[in-house]
Amino acid sequence: MFSFIARRVGLLIPTFFGITLLTFALIRLIPGDPVEVMMGERRVDPEMHAQAMERLGLNKPLYAQYIDYVGKLAHGDLGESLRTRTSVWSEFTSLFPATLELSIAALIFAGILGLLAGVIAALKRGSLFDHGVMGISLAGYSMPIFWWGLILIMFFSVSLGWTPVSGRIDLLYDIPPKTGFMLIDTLLSDEEGSFMDALRHLILPAIVLGTIPLAVIARMTRSSMLEVLREDYVRTARAKGLSPARVVFVHGLRNALIPVLTVFGLQVGTLLAGAVLTETIFSWPGIGKWLIEAIGARDYPVVQNGILLIACLVILVNFVVDILYGFANPRIRHQR
Amino acid sequence: MSLLNIKNLNVRFGDATATPVVDGLDLAVDKGEVLAIVGESGSGKSVTMMALMGLIEHPGIVTADALVFDGKDMLTLNARQRRKIVGKDMSMVFQDPMTALNPSYTVGFQIKEVLKQHLGLSGRAAHQRALELLQKVEIPGAAQRLDAYPHQLSGGMSQRVAIAMAIAGEPKLLIADEPTTALDVTIQAQIMDLLLALQKEQDMALVLITHDLAVVAETAQRVCVMYAGQAVEVGQVPGLFDVPAHPYSEALLAAIPEHSMGAARLSTLPGIVPGRYDRPSGCLLSPRCPYVQDKCRQQRPGLDPKAHSLARCFFPLNQEVA
Amino acid sequence: MSTPTPVAAVDQSLLYPSVYKEFWQHFSKNKGAVAGLAFMLVIVFCALFAPWVAPHDPSEQYRDFLLTPPVWLEGGQWQFLLGTDELGRDLLSRLIQGSRLSLLIGLSSVVMSLIPGILMGLLAGFFPKILGPTIMRLMDIMLALPSLLLAVAIVAILGPGLINTVIAIAIVSLPSYVRLTRAAVMGELNRDYVTAARLAGATLPRLMFITVLPNCMAPLIVQATLSFSSAILDAAALGFLGLGVQPPTPEWGTMLASARDYIERAWWVVSLPGLTILLSVLAINLMGDGLRDALDPKLKNAA
Repeated sequence: MFSFIARRVGLLIPTFFGITLLTFALIRLIPGDPVEVMMGERRVDPEMHAQAMERLGLNKPLYAQYIDYVGKLAHGDLGESLRTRTSVWSEFTSLFPATLELSIAALIFAGILGLLAGVIAALKRGSLFDHGVMGISLAGYSMPIFWWGLILIMFFSVSLGWTPVSGRIDLLYDIPPKTGFMLIDTLLSDEEGSFMDALRHLILPAIVLGTIPLAVIARMTRSSMLEVLREDYVRTARAKGLSPARVVFVHGLRNALIPVLTVFGLQVGTLLAGAVLTETIFSWPGIGKWLIEAIGARDYPVVQNGILLIACLVILVNFVVDILYGFANPRIRHQR
Repeated sequence: MSLLNIKNLNVRFGDATATPVVDGLDLAVDKGEVLAIVGESGSGKSVTMMALMGLIEHPGIVTADALVFDGKDMLTLNARQRRKIVGKDMSMVFQDPMTALNPSYTVGFQIKEVLKQHLGLSGRAAHQRALELLQKVEIPGAAQRLDAYPHQLSGGMSQRVAIAMAIAGEPKLLIADEPTTALDVTIQAQIMDLLLALQKEQDMALVLITHDLAVVAETAQRVCVMYAGQAVEVGQVPGLFDVPAHPYSEALLAAIPEHSMGAARLSTLPGIVPGRYDRPSGCLLSPRCPYVQDKCRQQRPGLDPKAHSLARCFFPLNQEVA
Repeated sequence: MSTPTPVAAVDQSLLYPSVYKEFWQHFSKNKGAVAGLAFMLVIVFCALFAPWVAPHDPSEQYRDFLLTPPVWLEGGQWQFLLGTDELGRDLLSRLIQGSRLSLLIGLSSVVMSLIPGILMGLLAGFFPKILGPTIMRLMDIMLALPSLLLAVAIVAILGPGLINTVIAIAIVSLPSYVRLTRAAVMGELNRDYVTAARLAGATLPRLMFITVLPNCMAPLIVQATLSFSSAILDAAALGFLGLGVQPPTPEWGTMLASARDYIERAWWVVSLPGLTILLSVLAINLMGDGLRDALDPKLKNAA
């Protein structure tokens, strides 16, 4: 098991450097003069221009600039936002819990519902339920979620008035951020009703963000389950006289989960991309909204290192999924 | 009173008009007996036993006049009652051991599962019993093997594990569905020896589904020859081998090198097993039978007593009584 | 095993339907795929003949008819079948005009990523020592960023607009072609026909493009269909974020972005562009499923 993890870590390092190269290049590729772009004004005074070039290290050769960049990263220096003058890292860490909370809620929604629908559809292959699940999941898979969010807002918030339109919590409540997770923070605070309010704020964004993962997981679970149920070892399990539930869940689902788990991991990327859209629609104060606003404001340090952080996050999650995959599938674990 | 008594078993896939895969099969197995079922692929050997075990799934339909095992009619039991018997008193070993074990669980888990389900053993007792079972199927280093995953075992080892699982409930009937077909030639004999040794030791009945007539000659007391879903001849082993009554049995025997008496080419039966749409209205073998007569093409023979065996033929061979 | 042996010796190859006929037989069995194809044909027709199909000029502002509801609602006007937007522009005409843009973006980004993708995949497959792993590592890095985020990043650098949207989407969908081509090439390279071609003295380009590539096309065609639909989705998402095609160009996502403010008053300005996106993407995905089943049965469970 140890060598398995070590091998995966070995694969991580070049990928990480590749990403830094990418984000490094990102800023250098902006058409026009970098100082003018950064300062957001034309015809900067030549004196100041030279100073800025010096200060930003832009007068050094490219490889030296890259080494500087990686060196700063190694010291945890991600630069500071041009707009707020706070460090990119602290902005990221203060906003990330909101995105994480939303993503977890979306994944729980998608995972539970998707697994359930997929398993039942596989067991009742060819039934009306099966066709329904397949049809709905294909539609979910094709869904422009930014529109889906607007439709849900239109229906549940505007017409029915059940859920709030935007944000994480009503302005009435003053919740001190402790964990950054609104659901937990509201429970820790003594504001009455704030937890339910936070939950109501969370529900629509989570559904919107979870829609595509839900569709993918349901489809994948179904096809994987169908394949596994045809396997000889499922017949063996039935020949042992085990109950149908045990055959399906212990012998079937365990093996069917292996490919689903991979897909689940891949969905984390989709999820973060979806978070950009979902957070924009629901004014959810997370890193997706932060990034889009930074792009709009040409806040390049935030764009550059925000993207770096998100990429690292995706790599990390995929790494964890890989490891979990090893646990779920003994054949992989023992591979030399 | 026989341990297993099957009367008029039919298995179809699809609606009632579908061609039966098993067609009016009668079969009895006595306590402690070794019965071999032979026939070419698709003749319904495995399906018969799967039906008995209750492993036929939708869209398969199983009907029978009687499917009595150990005094209980399997068809009248509900699913829960049947599961008490299946895997315990009656168990099965399958063809391909490499796919028959669940790749996600250790050998020990899969054996203990049976012990827990049928004997209520768990913890240390189950562990101990699982170890004994692995030793019984002659797996070297049994204690370590309990923690092994199926992909770490060879085909022969896997089949031994599968056998250990099958005998865990001390069954009265063990069904072995071509247990050696997927194995290396050198391993085949070992597995057969093991099965026969266990059969004698535990005094269980063994139904051996096989292609290999040489194995049948050495091991079985009785043999049932199947063709296109029907039993065409059932008889004692030495007898049927010496004086087959059914032309199909004769043809099968003629295809064994040992029986061919040095002929330049092994004898073959022309044509193939009738499929869904070309089932003859008369004897199912009539299109291929070298001895076919008009009656065979018009009427279907029943499985009737002949001089040395039961055979489904109007004009049986070798009827001289010595 | 139940096939009866043929009585007379007829050359079976002569009885075979042509490749296209056989493909159509498989494809037409899938009702969803046929429905998807039909819908897409309508869209393509609208896109090709937009100036003649559309009842109005898509940028003409009818100041007296701001936010007119669709014709079947109270207050609807027969001249504006699907109603008008906040500037009094005919929604149907804008949607029809938008189909041009979406198809254009989809088509050009697929072409722009398919060709380099196949080339890089072939190189990666044929040179497994150094070049192959280098290319694959590069693709892994690109895959580490979710496709939409990478597109957002690229547009953030290049600036918003139609051409940059196409470039961003083309870059984003590159890795999947490279991976797919390489995997297919690696599979084919072990086959005997490749060895035979090598022994016959085929040059490297001939091996790549004439011998191996045609046998890798099935999954690539399917992938091209699927990335066509995701290109439409991503382009709309970029437009919605204000990073894609800029208003007043009637791009579906851009239309949605400006319609957001009217969510409480005029549901049609919000619903209809999105519904058009959903239906188009769904239709293409249905087609893709059908294509996959018809072209390559091995891929059936791969999705």
